[in-house]
Order: sequence, then structure tokens, then C-alpha cells
Amino acid sequence: MMPQIPMLLAQIDEKVRELTSANAHDTPVPDEAMVHEGSYWFPRVASSYASDVDFLFMAIFWISAVFFAIIVGVMIYFCIRYRRIGGKIEPQPSASHNTTIEILWSVLPSILLVWIFYVGAVGFFEMRISPEDAEDIQVTARKWNWSFTYPDGDISSELHLVRDKPARLVMRSDDVLHSMYIPAFRQKMDVVPGRYTYAFLMPILDGKFRLACTEYCGEEHSKMRTMCQVHISEKDRKENTQWITADHKPWENGERLYKINCSGCHKVDGTPATGPALNTIWGEPENLIGKAPRLVDHNYVRESILYPDRDIVEGYGPVSKMNSFQGKISDKDIDYLITYMQYLKTGEVVELKDENATDAAAPPAEEPAQAPAEAGTGENN
Amino acid sequence: MGTTIKATPEIFGHAENNFFNASSGWKSWAFTLDHKRIGIMYLIGVTTALFLAGVFALVLRSHLWIANSEMLTPAMYNQMFTLHGAVMVFAFIIPSIPAALGNMVLPMMLGAKDVAFPRLNLMSFYLWVIGTGCLLYAILAGYGLDTGWTFYTPYSIETESGVIYATAGAFVLGFSSIFTGINFLVTVNTMRLPGQGWFKLPLFIWSLYATAIIQILATPVLGITLLLLISERLMSIGIFDPRYGGDPVLFQHFFWFYSHPAVYIMILPAMGVISELIAVYSQKRIFGYSFIAFSSVAIALLGFLVWGHHLFTSGQSLVVTLIFSAITFSVAIPSAVKVFNWLATMYKGSILLATPMCYALSFIFLFGIGGLTGLFLGALSTDIHLHDTYFVVAHFHFVMVGGTLTALLGGLFHWWPKMFGRMYNDMLGRVGCFLVFTGFNLTFFPQFVMGSRGMPRRYATYDPEYQIFHQWSTIGAFLLGIGILLAFAVLVYAAFKGPKVGGNPFKAASLEWQSSSPPDFHNFLHKPVMTDPYDFDAMVYDEDLDTYIHREFADPAKVPPRVEPIHH
Repeated sequence: MMPQIPMLLAQIDEKVRELTSANAHDTPVPDEAMVHEGSYWFPRVASSYASDVDFLFMAIFWISAVFFAIIVGVMIYFCIRYRRIGGKIEPQPSASHNTTIEILWSVLPSILLVWIFYVGAVGFFEMRISPEDAEDIQVTARKWNWSFTYPDGDISSELHLVRDKPARLVMRSDDVLHSMYIPAFRQKMDVVPGRYTYAFLMPILDGKFRLACTEYCGEEHSKMRTMCQVHISEKDRKENTQWITADHKPWENGERLYKINCSGCHKVDGTPATGPALNTIWGEPENLIGKAPRLVDHNYVRESILYPDRDIVEGYGPVSKMNSFQGKISDKDIDYLITYMQYLKTGEVVELKDENATDAAAPPAEEPAQAPAEAGTGENN
Repeated sequence: MGTTIKATPEIFGHAENNFFNASSGWKSWAFTLDHKRIGIMYLIGVTTALFLAGVFALVLRSHLWIANSEMLTPAMYNQMFTLHGAVMVFAFIIPSIPAALGNMVLPMMLGAKDVAFPRLNLMSFYLWVIGTGCLLYAILAGYGLDTGWTFYTPYSIETESGVIYATAGAFVLGFSSIFTGINFLVTVNTMRLPGQGWFKLPLFIWSLYATAIIQILATPVLGITLLLLISERLMSIGIFDPRYGGDPVLFQHFFWFYSHPAVYIMILPAMGVISELIAVYSQKRIFGYSFIAFSSVAIALLGFLVWGHHLFTSGQSLVVTLIFSAITFSVAIPSAVKVFNWLATMYKGSILLATPMCYALSFIFLFGIGGLTGLFLGALSTDIHLHDTYFVVAHFHFVMVGGTLTALLGGLFHWWPKMFGRMYNDMLGRVGCFLVFTGFNLTFFPQFVMGSRGMPRRYATYDPEYQIFHQWSTIGAFLLGIGILLAFAVLVYAAFKGPKVGGNPFKAASLEWQSSSPPDFHNFLHKPVMTDPYDFDAMVYDEDLDTYIHREFADPAKVPPRVEPIHH
């Protein structure tokens, strides 16, 4: 069916996929979610309303196809039938207007348009109005990360849903406009700073699907992609989203915090992005703009998170592109992030000496600032 | 009405004394008040903008050849698509047909010597130069611009790129557009030939008139919006910035209150051009004149009421969304009416597939797809899926490039012999048209499939599954580029070296064809005879001049009897 050129391109496509698979860390979307498994026009049908959207799409498609075929068919027929032959330039006599036919071809398509509008509106309300029993999932979008907070306090950087369980996303943005789009659900909603917006999700198929930002939000807009995983049961989801507990090693907690808060701008494979990579810098000196080099230690990391304007690494200026995380991240979380950076650098597992960490049900700690056990002797707060 | 004018080459044929050599020296162009010279300067200007923004497009398409391309950094990619969009929209498409072709043709279609306000006309051109300069200064001075052509807040408030220069440029270009609108509106109202009632106007005039209404009523809102954005950046007045209690969605409402009507500023003149081309190259009275004329006005007015369909996913209320969707569908009707009437005009015509007609047919094909895919986006549930994907990108390119650019090229080929008094190579013209048509479809059709499969727009890198579609699209873009280059090469060659041609080589009946080619500085050396613009039977062939002239001026002994009864 396909001519030869696409075959050639498909081969190039394979090559490129091999070459770029090394960059898979760029996006937390698993390969299985990126392979097209849907129909010609659509990704898979994974939400309750997706098939209604597809039905209307195909209905409009065939209505349009028929109209288009008639228009182009008539046009081509007239061009052949009434082409100018020889020197005879005078046309055959025919009417220059006909009110009946004008009104007919204005009114008849209108009836179809009313139908399309009606079906579209019904489908729209189905997509927008959440049922009473939907669980609320808080969504925070920021350049260029997603974070999802579940009713039980768990947080994750990917969206985890349970099959056949309705969910309402309550979304806000920390910075600019974003838009939450899950193609397999056919669902999309802008995330607007300064107000909440809602999106209703009703997954009917388990698996991993893409979730992408579709409102342009700056430099790494195209990297603001993550995964929506639909689990077969609540238990299954619980195992996947389990948040900070003593059962996890501190660096694992740090890794989760990193994925939710930092991974949009900082890589952990050594490559520079909007900010420096975090895997190699622990304990090393950083060259700062307009200041003496400074060692990356506990205080440096803490200050960088809470006061990003103070020290700017050379090559990432002239002013900081990072927003402060004051009030968004606790001191305990900073401890975890530090252990993650240490782990990345040395592979060494640092144990945090903290009695609260044994309380598995505790939400992210909010106790007053305290230095971790092995913190340096930096005296500033 | 008898006439004593003798049909001489100076009046109806190829004129050696014309507006090109009526005066000389750079000042005679820089300070000219002649609508024809201003039209040509505008044409050179907008074509330059087209080529510049076209190069940006080819850079973008080359970058997108592979999924994780590193040809451009993400920051450069974002700047590139912003500049492509901003230059194309503000500096090319909006002024293209009205300011370049309209300036050239509109006064002559009314039998007038010039537009009503020639100085305002020249000022409009210089404002275009200043505005485009500001827009380009944002790049050349190293600031860049990375907001997208829509300048959405709050990103446009935060970004360090040259938003103020670019918005100042768009603000000035807005005034350029308003001045052209005022000029055309007044000219059509006051300077028509005696006896030229509203229903004796060519349909191109009706469409330019409807466009002028939008330009005058909508563009000030863009000006206000951009000034508010500049104030927000400089003074944090808290109207769009949520940190100071502003509402970023308000910006979208303001912006689209102009920019949706602006879509009709772009497409209405194109529809006007097509109405002329279909009639002339079918030699048929246009079918349903009043329906086409009033559909232009209906589109212009309804166009003001549909801006909310750009905000279906923005969080605006469900009821408002529903109302905007309903009104959006109502715009589909007048657009469809025009297409049906063009087809009916061709019925039993004497169809000549010359280059302009090829562009006109290509317009019907491409605008047909562009218009019909609008149904997918006007319907609410499908729009939620397709919003901000490549489906939207493909849709508006089918309307703006497949529509406006195709009509501009068709119009240029149609009026080129009138402007320069020389004929182009018709075969090469048609080859160019074929390349533009093929390249265009290859570029944008795959984008419908990509978009529907979930490829978001404005992505510097993308998932590998879309790569094959992107590669088709890139190949098409280069083909389209070659086609456009060829079309302009054919035109430019014809302007200097083409065979000389008389005043009316295509047997067109609107008034501008009752002049010499190129026209005299005063447009007409005689008082043009008021005639219906679609009464092609009024024109007869003159062997001495090798062109068509009005029956009134022909040798009574040689005039054939009228085929068609005179219409009113």
C-alpha cells in the first residue's frame, strides 16, 4: 500500500530511534506509551468519553469527505466539460442567479451543522462535568514538571489512576500557562496561574499513556511530558505511588522529590539543561557569576533551592531562571534531596538520623529547620 | 451614449508613457502619492516579509526532520516559530492582498484617479516599514522573541526576550492597517464612477469594504491590548499578571477579540480575488452576486462574535463555551455559500485554465479542506482533543496559505499584465502553481493525522512515532518553497522581459481594464464607460490593439451583435 519513499523514511526512522534511545531519560514517558497502537486517526481509546469523541470526529470526517468530493468533482467536471475550445470565448447562456437554489444550499447544510453542534456539546458536557464520587487529585504544573497529589497525601511526578474509578483533576500553575493533555483520553484542560481549573478523567483501560503540556510555556515546553498510568486496582496504585516513608531509603525519597520538583530543568546524566546537572556537582566547586567559586555543600544546596538568585553558576546567567521554592518544599525534603545528590555522586547511601522518619504515615515533615546529622558547620540559616 | 474617443494604444493598448516613467528619481517613489506606486512598494515589502518568514519556516521544518533534533536549541526553536508566525501574520498576510493588490486595483475599479486620502496611503506604507522594522529589530538587536505570535500572558510578561519591541512593532503595523481600511472605506463610499451603484461594484470591492470595516473596528482593540501588555511589563499594573491580581485569560479574550476578526481580514480579500478570477476565466456573469456580496458582510460581522472558540480549553464557563461554539458554526454558512456560487458560475462557462484560474481552482480545493476541518474544531468535544495540536496548525495553514497566499498569487498573475504591461509565461506559471499546490498538500496534510494522533504544537522535540509525518511535511515544505520561488521568478521576469500586452488581454469587464497597460499616471486618459463588472459581452476584440475594448470605443462597423441581454 505504501509507496517506496515512506519505506525508506521508516528505515531512517528506525535508525533514529536507536540513536535517540540513549536519550530516553529526557522524558519519563516509557516507550510502550509512545508506540502508536490506535486506529489511523487516533491513539487508543482509554477513557469513557473517548469513543464518543472519535464517533463525532469520524462523522464530521465523512460528512466533509462527501461535500468535498462533490465540490471537487463538480469543479473538475466543469473544467473539462466547459473548457474553452479553439477561439470560442463566448459562454453558453445560463441563469445568473436562482434564489431557490441559493436558499436551499444555505439551509440544508445548516441542518447538518446543528446536528454536529449538538453532538459536540453533549460530548463536551460529558467530558467536563465530574460525577459526585470522583476522587480529587491536586495537580501543580510548573516549568517544566507535573506533580500529582492524591487524597491520601501521596505525591508523584506521573499521574496514577485506577481503572473505572472517576477522578477530577484540580489544577493550578505555579508560573505560566500550561495545558494538561492525555491523547488516549481525548481530554485537555489549561492550567492557569491564579485560578483553579478542573478536568474529569474516567479511565476504562489499564496501561501507560502519554500526558503532555500543550500550552506553550517556554524553553523546555516540549520536554514537559510525563506518563499517565492506569492501574487495575487501588492496591496496585498504592504500591506504585507510595510516598515518603521510612521504608524507603532517604535517597529514594530524594529521587521522588527530584522528579516532581527539579527534573524539568536539572538532569542527572551530566548534561547541562536550563540548570546544571545534579549528579556530579556534590562536593565540587562551582564557578559563580561575579563571586568566588563555592563548594557544593549542604548550605549551598539549601540556599540554591530557597534563594536561587543569590549564587548563579557561570553559563546559566545572567539572572536566575529558577523560582524560589520557599513555602513549597520543607527542610526535611531538602535533606532528602541532599542525600539523593550524595548518592548520585558517590553511590553511597546516607542514613538520616531522624526519629520522625520512623512514622510511616506522617506527611512530609514540617518541623523547624534542623541540620542533618552529617551537615557541615555552616553557620548561616 | 456616443463617444468621440478613438481607440489608440496610448488609451487602451500597451502605453509607453505610463505611471512608471511619469516621473523619475528616488524621491518620485519615496514621496509618491500615486496609489499604483504605493501598491508596488507594498508588494515589494510584503514579498520580502514572505520570503524572510518562509526561510524561518524552512529552518523549522529542517529542525523537525528527526524526533530529538539538536539542529536548533529549544530556545532557538521557540524564537524561530515565534518570528515565523509574527512576521507572516502581521507583516505579510494582513497587508498582503488589501495593501498590495487592493491599492493597485481598488481606485481603478471605481474609475477613480486615486484613493480618497493619498497622503494617508503613503503614511500607511511607512508605518508598515516602521512596524516591520521594530519586529525585526527584536531579532537583530539580539533580544529575540520567544512568546509565540500570540504573546500569551503571563509568559510574555516574564520572558527576557524583546517583547516590548515586537509588540510596539505590531502596534504600529495595526495603525498601518487601520489607515488602509479608512482609506478604502471612504474611497468606495465617495469616489465611485457616476452610475456605479453598490450592486455594480466588482465583488473584490465588496470584500475589501467588509475587510475595511473589520480593520477599523477590531484593530484598535489589538492596540489597546498590546499597550496594556507593555504597561504590565514595565509597570506591573496588575491587569494580566496573576501575581498582582490580574487575569491571564483576560489577555486571551482581548487578543482574540482582534485576532479572530483578523482571520477574516486575511481571508475575505482572498475570496474577493477568487470571485473575480472565476468570473473572468469562465467568461460568465458571477452566479448569485448579491449572495456573495452579503456573505462577505455577514462573515465580517459574525467574525466579531466568535473569538471565544480559541478559549474552549482555557477554563471559560461552560455556557459561554456553548454559545461561542454555536455562533462559530453560523460562520460556516456564508463561506460555503461562496464556494457553491463559484462552482455555479463555472457552469456552462467558457473556462480557460490560465495560471490565475489554476490558482483559483487550487484555492477552492485548499480552502475547502481548510473550511471543512474548521468543523472539527468548532464542535466542542472534538476540539477538546484537537486544540493546540498539529491539527490546528494544519487547519489554519490551509486557510491562510492555501487560501490567502494562493489567492494573492492568482491575483498577481491576473493583474500583472495590467500593472506592468507585459505578459508572463503561462506554462511556467502553471508549473509553479502545480508545485505550490502539491508542496502545500504534502506539507500540511500529514499534520492533520499527527495532530489527531496527539502531537502538540510548538514542540522542539517529539515522540518518534510522529517522525514519518514530520518528514513528509518537511519534504513538502521545500517543494512549496520552490513553487513560490518559481512563481515569483516568472512574474519578475515577465515584468522586465515579457512580451508587451494591451490594456485588456483577458476580456475582463471591470473598469480597471478600460485603461492602458501599464496605466497612465492619471489611471484613465478618458472617462471610463460605466459597465457591469461581469457583463463580459460588453467587451469586444480590437484587432489593431490586439486587446479587448468596450463596445462604445470600437469601430461601429466591426462590433458584433450583443449575445447577452443587458442586465441591471
